[in-house]
Amino acid sequence: MTTVTVAPAADGVRPATRTLPLGRALNEALRAAMEQDPKVLIMGEDVGRLGGVFRITDGLQKDFGESRVMDTPLAESGIVGTAIGLALRGYRPVVEIQFDGFVFPGYDQIVTQLAKMHARSLGRIKLPVVIRIPYGGGIGAVEHHSESPEALFAHVAGLRIVSPSNASDAYWMLRQAIASDDPVIFFEPKRRYYEKGAVDTETAPGDPHRAHVVREGRDATLLAYGPAVRTCLDSAAEAEREGRSLEVVDLRSVSPIDFDTIQTSVEKTGRLVVVHEAPVFFGSGAEIAARITERCFHHLEAPVLRVGGYHAPYPPARLEERYLPDLDRVLDAVDRSLAY
Amino acid sequence: MSTDAVQLLTPDGRRVRHPDYDIDLSHEELRGLYRDMVLARRVDGEGVTLQRQGELGLWPSLLGQEAAQVGSARALRPADHVFPSYRDHAVALCRDVDPLNLLAMFRGVNNGGWDPTDHGFHLYTLVIGSQTLHATGYAMGVAKDGAETAVIAYFGDGATSQGDVSEAFNFAAVYDAPVVFFCQNNQWAISEPTERQTRVPIHRRADGFGFPGVRVDGNDVLACLAVTKAALERARRGEGPMLVEAYTYRMGAHTTSDDPTKYRDSAEVEEWAGRDPIARLKAHLLDLGAADPSYFDAVDQEAGELAQHLRARVRSMPAPDAEAIFRHVYADPHALVDEEREAFRRYEANFAVTGGN
Ligand SMILES: Cc1ncc(C[n+]2csc(CCOP(=O)(O)OP(=O)(O)O)c2C)c(N)n1
Repeated sequence: MTTVTVAPAADGVRPATRTLPLGRALNEALRAAMEQDPKVLIMGEDVGRLGGVFRITDGLQKDFGESRVMDTPLAESGIVGTAIGLALRGYRPVVEIQFDGFVFPGYDQIVTQLAKMHARSLGRIKLPVVIRIPYGGGIGAVEHHSESPEALFAHVAGLRIVSPSNASDAYWMLRQAIASDDPVIFFEPKRRYYEKGAVDTETAPGDPHRAHVVREGRDATLLAYGPAVRTCLDSAAEAEREGRSLEVVDLRSVSPIDFDTIQTSVEKTGRLVVVHEAPVFFGSGAEIAARITERCFHHLEAPVLRVGGYHAPYPPARLEERYLPDLDRVLDAVDRSLAY
Repeated sequence: MSTDAVQLLTPDGRRVRHPDYDIDLSHEELRGLYRDMVLARRVDGEGVTLQRQGELGLWPSLLGQEAAQVGSARALRPADHVFPSYRDHAVALCRDVDPLNLLAMFRGVNNGGWDPTDHGFHLYTLVIGSQTLHATGYAMGVAKDGAETAVIAYFGDGATSQGDVSEAFNFAAVYDAPVVFFCQNNQWAISEPTERQTRVPIHRRADGFGFPGVRVDGNDVLACLAVTKAALERARRGEGPMLVEAYTYRMGAHTTSDDPTKYRDSAEVEEWAGRDPIARLKAHLLDLGAADPSYFDAVDQEAGELAQHLRARVRSMPAPDAEAIFRHVYADPHALVDEEREAFRRYEANFAVTGGN
């Protein structure tokens, strides 16, 4: 969708490729976007002096001022609603929702207003609003701090939904989201904020809605996005020790979904296991299973299987290890797939 | 401190009179308030320590807010109903909720395991401001029942920015609901000062909704008690809601995950340390001759024993049974939950046999 033009490094000395933690890559992406376009604004609770509870906006208010990095009143409906108004006035707000479970006071504005205005105006209104949501579990948090609500947004037409799994994608997908003229819900895998990866900040990437094959394999395909990609890579490494060759596809985008890349992989391996943290029931895996079954019916050696959360509220921290898809549950699904 | 706050005890513990809100307490009642505050502070300190030792995932400290919580909670009658936020541990103690319940929740054992009907104390609410609507609806029910019950909702200054809280104020006003809105203005919503939430003093917001609002010195337990009692009585008389803004200060971090040195001045913290609510009441008790050093020692000892008990019990608290994930998702049987629980059982059993990990 979006082409991002790359400005030369402001200080002229930053190396093109550096190793950064995922969270730091997001910070650098915000900084670069703000340097490049004075219309880019950041807004949210605690994003200013504190730099956000995860420090993703660290240092930005100091460098860009309070008029561009706005600590907002504690009101998610207010944050999203005013971001819509700012976008109508030509700004490009990047909104931080503090935690996944706290997006819902703003859900009405996202679903009934943000998603629909472009269509209602017959394309005249563009709402380049990015809503960043740290999501997912595995950090031992209290309730409302570990949820994966992506399907609730993916069901709504008019929103783009992406979720990077590594530092390089974090950097570039955020820049692309900010450059997009559509509203983008940007799900950040919070438990991967500290995982490091190489980021080349000079080479503009391709389509943020393309899935990537991140590990080649023959026996089955593991498909995931966000925090579950690392889990699948670890599972594939473990499976290799047992003589099994698993392909891992990082979906990267939940809306739209790149079915072509998935199809190519499934035609090769004949088996698909979709892994996400969100509850399986009515989750993104259901959509993928249905479409891939249509597209690849004659190539499939087994039904598409899904591994994810249960039809239950996200459990208290002492039980989350049993709730979250881990290496064993992924490999168990692979066994079941191979047993067909 | 703003001059318009109701105060009955000065920061150095001198008793002053107030024309509208005054209260006379026996020495025993005064000692009771002191004991409540000391025990609450100790439970809270234990929460912080246990988190540091890895026994809890998180703890939101109430340090500095003991008077606001104990004063308001001791104004309640047993039949009244409380809708707390997540930092109201002293209110919970005054309602006889076992502090182990609070610690279990922040340990990650459950998401609020107590029965709200036991002590008229609803579950903690982590989504900011939501509970103010629940309190209002409950109060509307109380009014329909013609019961002699009042309802109180606790929330922070940050919460007043949420739409839910404005909607709660409005519903309470138009239905004359017997609810007291008790805002602990501890001046910070994580890193954001109250000025980032509102340009009018919080208690004055009530005006616009058509009910009275009053500011009280939140570090003065007597004033908090007197004002809340008046507000609850007003509600019970059917005169509708009232907003109490307890002007206080959060002495510690927002939670154990937070580092307040990133956003606030140590001078400000020191200044508020000089208004400590417990020291203030202690000075008053000594002044009155209502307690002697042996009394204070006895309370400290009781607090120490309570802390020791909690520490031991938290450390030995069993991990929850994993099938709790599926328990109570619905009140009636649900086929999908049953199916997933069965699959979970089979998976875990198979696991035990193969001895994997
Ligand atoms: C709807 C919602 N948004 C964001 C949060 C994250 N959060 C937790 S506490 C807090 C600050 C609350 O401040 P205040 O209402 O003043 O209460 P205090 O913590 O000071 O007692 C925030 C932003 C949340 N819990 N709920």
